[in-house]
Amino acid sequence: MSAPESHNSDSPSDSPGFFDKPGRVTAVVYGVYAVCALLFFADLFYHKHAYTNFEGWFGFHAWFGFIACVGLVLAAKGLRRLLMRPEDYYDPAEPQESDDAA
Amino acid sequence: MLPDINPGLVLLIGGLLVPLVRGPARYAWLLALPALALAVLIDLPHGVSGEVSVFGYTLQTLRVDSLSFVFSLIFLIAALLMAVYALHVRDTMQHVAGMVYAGAAVAACLAGDLLTLFIYWELTAIASVFLIWARRTERAYRVGIRYLLIQVASGLLLLGGAVMQVQATGTLAFEHIGLDAPGGLLIFLAFGIKCAFPLLHNWLQDAYPEATVTGTVVLSAFTTKLAIYALARGYAGTEYLIWIGAIMTAFPIFYAVIENDLRRVLAYSLNNQLGFMVVGIGVGTELALNGTAAHAFCHILYKALLFMSMGAVLLRTGTVNGSQLGGLYKSMPWTALFCAIGAASISAFPLFSGFVSKSMIISAVAKQADLWWVVVVLLFASAGVFHHSGIKIPYFAFFAHDSGIRCREAPRNMLIAMGVAAALCIGIGVYPAPLYSLLPYAVDYQPYTLSHVFTQLQLLMFSALAFTVLMRTGIYPPELRSINLDTDWFYRRPIPMALRRVRDTWVGARAAATGLAAGAIARPLQSHLRAVAQRDGWLGGAWRSGAMVLWAVGLVGFYILVFVV
Repeated sequence: MSAPESHNSDSPSDSPGFFDKPGRVTAVVYGVYAVCALLFFADLFYHKHAYTNFEGWFGFHAWFGFIACVGLVLAAKGLRRLLMRPEDYYDPAEPQESDDAA
Repeated sequence: MLPDINPGLVLLIGGLLVPLVRGPARYAWLLALPALALAVLIDLPHGVSGEVSVFGYTLQTLRVDSLSFVFSLIFLIAALLMAVYALHVRDTMQHVAGMVYAGAAVAACLAGDLLTLFIYWELTAIASVFLIWARRTERAYRVGIRYLLIQVASGLLLLGGAVMQVQATGTLAFEHIGLDAPGGLLIFLAFGIKCAFPLLHNWLQDAYPEATVTGTVVLSAFTTKLAIYALARGYAGTEYLIWIGAIMTAFPIFYAVIENDLRRVLAYSLNNQLGFMVVGIGVGTELALNGTAAHAFCHILYKALLFMSMGAVLLRTGTVNGSQLGGLYKSMPWTALFCAIGAASISAFPLFSGFVSKSMIISAVAKQADLWWVVVVLLFASAGVFHHSGIKIPYFAFFAHDSGIRCREAPRNMLIAMGVAAALCIGIGVYPAPLYSLLPYAVDYQPYTLSHVFTQLQLLMFSALAFTVLMRTGIYPPELRSINLDTDWFYRRPIPMALRRVRDTWVGARAAATGLAAGAIARPLQSHLRAVAQRDGWLGGAWRSGAMVLWAVGLVGFYILVFVV
C-alpha cells in the first residue's frame, strides 16, 4: 500500500473543526455534569429492582462507577512505575514502519 | 438444494483456491465464499452427520445444534464483514489465510468429536499466524513464532486430553467433560490457553496488535470465541471458571489504561470481555449460558468494528499510538462515528448491542446469592471498560489535542464494512428479539427495565464524569511512547536466557564427557539400558498410550522451548 498520507495542519484547506470553536468543549463538560446530576437524583423516582442488597442503596451505581474509575486510573498510574519500559526494551528499535501490508 | 456439508469447508477449500482467481473475479469470489457458507449453514438440518470411521473410532465431523449454530452463524457473518473490509488488499497470502482461518474456526465449532476438533483447532493456529507474518517485518516474524508455539501447545494439550478420554471411555465424542473426567484438566488447559485465561493470556496482547491492518480484525473474531464455545460445551457450570472469569474482567483493564498502542488497548479489553463470558459459563444456568452466547455474538461484532476503525486509522496515518494521534475526527468523520458506535456497544449503553447481552450475564450472576462479590467485580469491570474502550479509544484517536495529522477518510469498502457492523450493533441493541431467538435455551429475559437502564446509565455516566474530572485536573496519565511488562516478560527475558545457559553448558559438557566417560560410565550404563529395555524391563514393558502421549507432548514442548525460542 501507499505510504502514510498525513501532512501538517498548515494546509490551506484546513478549516477549524467542531471542537475548535471556543466554549464547545466546556459545554460538553457541563453537559456531563448536568446529566450525572439528573441520573443521580432519578433514583428518587422509580423502584429499583435489586437482586443483592447493596444494589438498592441510593445512587449506588453512580458513586460506585465514579470511585471505581478514579481508583482504576490511580492504580494504573502507579503500576506504570513498575511496568513501564522504553519502546525498544525487547527489540532494538526498528525504523517506523510504513504501512507495509495493509 | 444445498449440499449438507460443513460450511467451514466452503471457506477452507474456496480460500485455498483464491490464488487461482484473478482480477475483478477475485472480489466476487471473496464475497461469495462467506455468503455461500452462510447459506449452507442455514440450510443444514440440526443433528449429527458426516460420520467417518477412523481406526475403529467414529468421528462426527458435523454436529449442528443450538449452541454450535449460533457460534457458527456469527463466525460466518464476521467472515463476510471481514471480506468486505479487506477487499482492497492486494496481498493474496492474507486473503487465503483469512478464509482458511475462518473456515477452520467454523468447522471446529461444528465438530462433534475431540479429534476433529483437534485437527481444526490446530489449523486455526497455523492459518492465522500468516496474518501476522503478512506484515513482513523481522518483529512480526518473531511475534508470529511466539504466537504459533503457544497455539500449537494448546492443540497438543487437547490431543493429550482426547487420548486419555478415549482410553478411559472408549469414545471421542465432544460432550460435557468436566475437570474430573480423564484428561479433563489437559483439555481445560488447552481451552484456557486459547481463551486467554489469566497468566496464559499474553499471547493475545503480544500478537494481535502486530498483525496487519485487516489481519488484526480477522484474528479478533475467531480463536478466543472458539475457545468460549468449547468451554461452554465442555465445562459449563465449572465453579473455577467464575473465579477465572472474574479475574479476567478486572485485571486487563489496568493495563488498558496505561497502554499506548490503541490496538493493544483493544486486545486488553478483548480479554476483559472474554471474562464476562467465562463467568457466564462458570455459573452455568440457562440464563448465564444464554448470556454467554449472546455476548459472544455481540462482542464479535463490536470488537471487530473497533479494530476496523483503528485499522483504518493505521492505514491512513501509519500509527495507532495514542501519543501520536488526536483530532482525526476532522479528517475521518465516518470512521470516528463508527468507532463511537462500537465504543457505545462495548460499554453496554442502552440501545446498543452490549447492553442486551452483558446484562443477561450480570443478572444471572446476581441471582446466585453467594456470588455478590462477583457482581461487584463485574460492575467495576463494566465501569472500567467504558473508561478505556468507550472513552479512551475514540478520545485519543479522534479528539484530544489536534495532532496536526490530516489524511483521507478510510477506503469505501472499509466504510461499508464498518457501517454494516455498526448498524448490526444498534439493531441488536434496539431490537434484541431475533438474537434471543437464536440462543441455546428459551429466553425469558427483559433487558429494558427501568432499573437496568437507569443503573447502567448511572454507572457509565459517572465513569465518564471520573474521566472528565481526571482530565481537567491533569491527573489522568498521559499517553507515553512506551511498552508495559506483562507475563510475556518471563518467556522473552529470563527463560530464554536460562535456556541459552543450559544449552551452552550441555554442549560443553557433552564434548568433555565423550572423551572422559567412554570407558568409565558408558559400559555399565549400556548394560543397564539393555536390561530395562527388555520385554519385562521398565522401559521395554507395555506402556499405556496415554502416558506415551504425555511423554511425547512433554518432549516436543521441551524441544521447541530449548531450540526455537
